[in-house]
Amino acid sequence: MRALFVRDLALALRAGGGFGLGLAFFLIVVVLVPFSVGPSPELLARIAPGVLWLGALLACLLSLDRLLAVDWEDGALDLLATSPLPLEGVVAVKAGAHWVTTGLPLVLVAPVLGVLLNLAPAGYAVLVLSLALGTPALSMIGAFGAALTVGIKRGGLLMSLLVLPLYVPTLIFGAEAARRAAQGLDPATPLLFLAGITGGVLAVMPFAAGAVLRVNLR
Amino acid sequence: MELTVTDLAVGRGGVPVLAGVSFGLVGGRALVLRGPNGSGKTTLLRTVAGLQDPMAGSVQGAEDQVAYAAHADGLKAALSVAENLRFWASVFGQRDIDPALRAFDLEALVDRRAGQLSAGQKRRLGLARMVVTARPLWVLDEPTVSLDAASVALFADAVRAHMAQGGAALIATHIDLGLEADIFDVTPYRAKPGAVAASDEAFL
Repeated sequence: MRALFVRDLALALRAGGGFGLGLAFFLIVVVLVPFSVGPSPELLARIAPGVLWLGALLACLLSLDRLLAVDWEDGALDLLATSPLPLEGVVAVKAGAHWVTTGLPLVLVAPVLGVLLNLAPAGYAVLVLSLALGTPALSMIGAFGAALTVGIKRGGLLMSLLVLPLYVPTLIFGAEAARRAAQGLDPATPLLFLAGITGGVLAVMPFAAGAVLRVNLR
Repeated sequence: MELTVTDLAVGRGGVPVLAGVSFGLVGGRALVLRGPNGSGKTTLLRTVAGLQDPMAGSVQGAEDQVAYAAHADGLKAALSVAENLRFWASVFGQRDIDPALRAFDLEALVDRRAGQLSAGQKRRLGLARMVVTARPLWVLDEPTVSLDAASVALFADAVRAHMAQGGAALIATHIDLGLEADIFDVTPYRAKPGAVAASDEAFL
């Protein structure tokens, strides 16, 4: 398990691994939004939490279609399936590595980009907290989507469509928590919901993903 | 270690390919599968390896015993030879990769990235993976593709060493490896069209 995690991290960080793709996308979205909606500080401050959350979500989605597809194409997935590792564990570990290389950098860079969107000072801490709570669920749900579409050529489109509805609760509560904090309201309720969703996803999705992967490998 | 295949029917995409296949394999022996292209050797091997369910019959003694090698070697181009091999060793709970490197003459290439290897070198690395798994049953699908004569001899030696340690090998191949192996021709077991009804494949 640890070997797989370390290998996935190494592959992501080396040339051609795709590390930074999500980060660059997030940066582009957030930098371009003020140009497209106009230079109104009040408007930007109002949409900042939503834009940051949406950017993070799409950046996360961008790199997901390669999560299992690479291992499928070079045969490693078949070999992992015959190894002592349970497929549930394989998917969970790969989702974890995806989070560390995609979700975690987004969490860390979000406050910096918040400045560009004139995010209210009170919102920064909760924005980071909500992203830290929510992005693991995005990676795990995405891994489930990747398991569903593994083996399909250009499966990224289908995967996005399958995964997006499952992303909605995380997006709603994550953005709501950041918005409430930015307006000086108490963000505890949406944060608790967000934590609950992530907890449930992390508990259930590895098994669902393992099961569909087994079907898809046949 | 003892593999028993009883009255096995296998299919690909819901279409039965082979039916009524029975054979046994014990430690220290090798079994070579023969048959023309498309005769179902790969499907049979995938079923034995547990990657797909049999349509009928049973495979006993293979679970958690199989090291499987197919046409794709599962190598990562960005990792070095040693890193690729060490990864698979630790997945299978092993540490030592030196015997595998030696068996397939890869010692000079340990620090080379797998993406820079030739096709034959990649294949040798893929086969070296079998050694580091320490699993008793090797299931090999066309292991000698893109290997030269010297490498085929290396591979045959590795299989012999594996058998000497009590391991078994199930090999689908078209060439003569020079192994003291039993031959199993799958051609007579070819399923008649429509012989076995497709199970739930239509829904999946």
